[in-house]
Amino acid sequence: MHPVFRTVLQRLGLGFLTLLIVSIIIFSSIELLPGNFAAAILGQSATPETVAAFQRELGLDRPAPVRYVEWIGGVLQGDFGSSFASSVGYRRTVAELITPRLFNTLYLAAMTAAVAVPLALGLGILAALYRNSWFDRAVNTLTLTTISFPEFFVAYILMLFLAVKFPIFYSLANVSNDMPLLERLARSALPAMTLTLVIVAHMMRMTRAAIINLMASPYIEMAQLKGVSAGRVVMFHALPNAWAPIVNIIAFNLAYLVVGVVVVEVVFVYPGIGQLMVDSVKARDIPVVQACALIFAATYILLNLTADIISIVTNPRLLHPR
Amino acid sequence: MNSDVPQDTLAAAAQVPRARRTVPARIWRQLKTAPVSAWFGMIVILAYVTVALFAPVLAPYRESQIFPIPYDEWKLKFVWVTIFGDFALPVWAWLDPAKQFVFGTDQLGRDMLTRMIYGARNTIGIAVATTALSFLIGGSLGILAAIRRGWFDQFLARAVDVLMAIPSLIFALMLLSIFGSSVLNLIIIIAVLDATRVFRLARAVAMNVVVMDYVEAARLRGEGLGWIMRREILPNIMPPLVAEFGLRFCFVFLTISALSFLGVGIQPPTADWGSMVRENATLITYGDITPLLPAAAIALLTVAVNFVVDWFLHKTSGLRDEH
Repeated sequence: MHPVFRTVLQRLGLGFLTLLIVSIIIFSSIELLPGNFAAAILGQSATPETVAAFQRELGLDRPAPVRYVEWIGGVLQGDFGSSFASSVGYRRTVAELITPRLFNTLYLAAMTAAVAVPLALGLGILAALYRNSWFDRAVNTLTLTTISFPEFFVAYILMLFLAVKFPIFYSLANVSNDMPLLERLARSALPAMTLTLVIVAHMMRMTRAAIINLMASPYIEMAQLKGVSAGRVVMFHALPNAWAPIVNIIAFNLAYLVVGVVVVEVVFVYPGIGQLMVDSVKARDIPVVQACALIFAATYILLNLTADIISIVTNPRLLHPR
Repeated sequence: MNSDVPQDTLAAAAQVPRARRTVPARIWRQLKTAPVSAWFGMIVILAYVTVALFAPVLAPYRESQIFPIPYDEWKLKFVWVTIFGDFALPVWAWLDPAKQFVFGTDQLGRDMLTRMIYGARNTIGIAVATTALSFLIGGSLGILAAIRRGWFDQFLARAVDVLMAIPSLIFALMLLSIFGSSVLNLIIIIAVLDATRVFRLARAVAMNVVVMDYVEAARLRGEGLGWIMRREILPNIMPPLVAEFGLRFCFVFLTISALSFLGVGIQPPTADWGSMVRENATLITYGDITPLLPAAAIALLTVAVNFVVDWFLHKTSGLRDEH
């Protein structure tokens, strides 16, 4: 078997194993609570009958492994169970709560990535090529500062200047699906801008470090010494080896986006999955929280897995084994 | 070797060793060469620590004292100079005697300045406690794993891999929804999640030290596990751990602020910068910058810590990417 194929299969197996264990952790975290969960939610005034009925409704009266298998089976078919907000006779499924919001979040993330990735790579490569110039220093100081800022600080500053002092954009990003594309883009401009500022800083610094690291290796010097043109050195000597770090950087930051999106959605009241999760945490609506956590964790793991696989299949040393 | 110097001078210099500098003298010598950014960072950190320690002395009112004027205006007034259009810069500030509160009051009529000062104490205190706990857990397990190796090490490393596969803010949100929000829960949850990263670093650097001869010598002369961990390994892995402490502190501080901002972290009436931003956030739509004060306080501290850590890393090792 080709070694690349074998490594990829190994990584895939490991990734899905991690996903399985993570799903078990997320599911069983509810069991960590000492005492009865239904009683804790219903409060002290609940009669034992109410507690028992609530438990039956949620299926909490059956053993945990059985519930886990049912839950994960449902998840694989797109059924995340029902929210605690559902009352008798009116079932509110977690899936119907999550689906539109997941779409909104992915929309925002895609919009951010489309701007941030090319910008960060460009800035990173420029900073690495003109190392220690004033441009490099300025970009470095600026990014070190933005990395240290909490997301909500960046968000409110942008809101203050771009929505209140100069009313260019909307301060609230209340998008809906029946909105025309242009209005939708305008309304989600500020959240996208905030996320872009946060991840561009990370991505640019990492790209710069990766390129500097690579350009210092002996084989690049060798190519330069034997008189290969600068463009050829970058395109044919440096780039094939640079794919792995660059793809890793992009994936790492898109995964970071998954986390950053929670705070930004809350600031701009953007109807995404992050806001849903925070609301559900406050209401202690555990099925929704678990579903959101699983979706976030799965995205995170899959992005890292994709990056791993891309860096394996583009690695020249693995592609042409001796 | 410089050949102009006569050999006997060199020999004399070698024979008379200069007295070793005292510890304060050595620290001062290092500080003198520190760049402006590091100095700025250290002064800011010192100021924050002073405010946090002496909060009850410095604060004009009590932490949760309520006055009947919510959203009162600032006592501090600025003279603005218009640059262009709506854009102006403050050039002069004075205290307006007609107003009582320097930074005005919040949504319930509590003095903003007092809340900011107590916020320093609560927010920084909780973040330091959390970071210390995570270093206690992660550091000791990491060093132990490096000494023990075998299945113990393998088991911990795999467990850490799985825990790190879930974004920590998401994990923290989920655990807080189950256990409920209290300061103790917050500290334990964040410390355990953060300990995974400390474990990785401690294990990696301790691995290089465990194989040293002096560790073997200590083991042979019958020293216990605690001695080897504390007296043989810990002093030798201190510099990277100290730098990591700064970075972890920033991360923990930002995570706790984010959770408080989301309303699931530190709960009212405790004064805390993250929740102060959320409580006063509506003011921003009227162009009032009051909610930006606590946010800026958070940002300034993390920038300061980052500057100091940056310099420290530069000093102690070649960990930075700049050659």
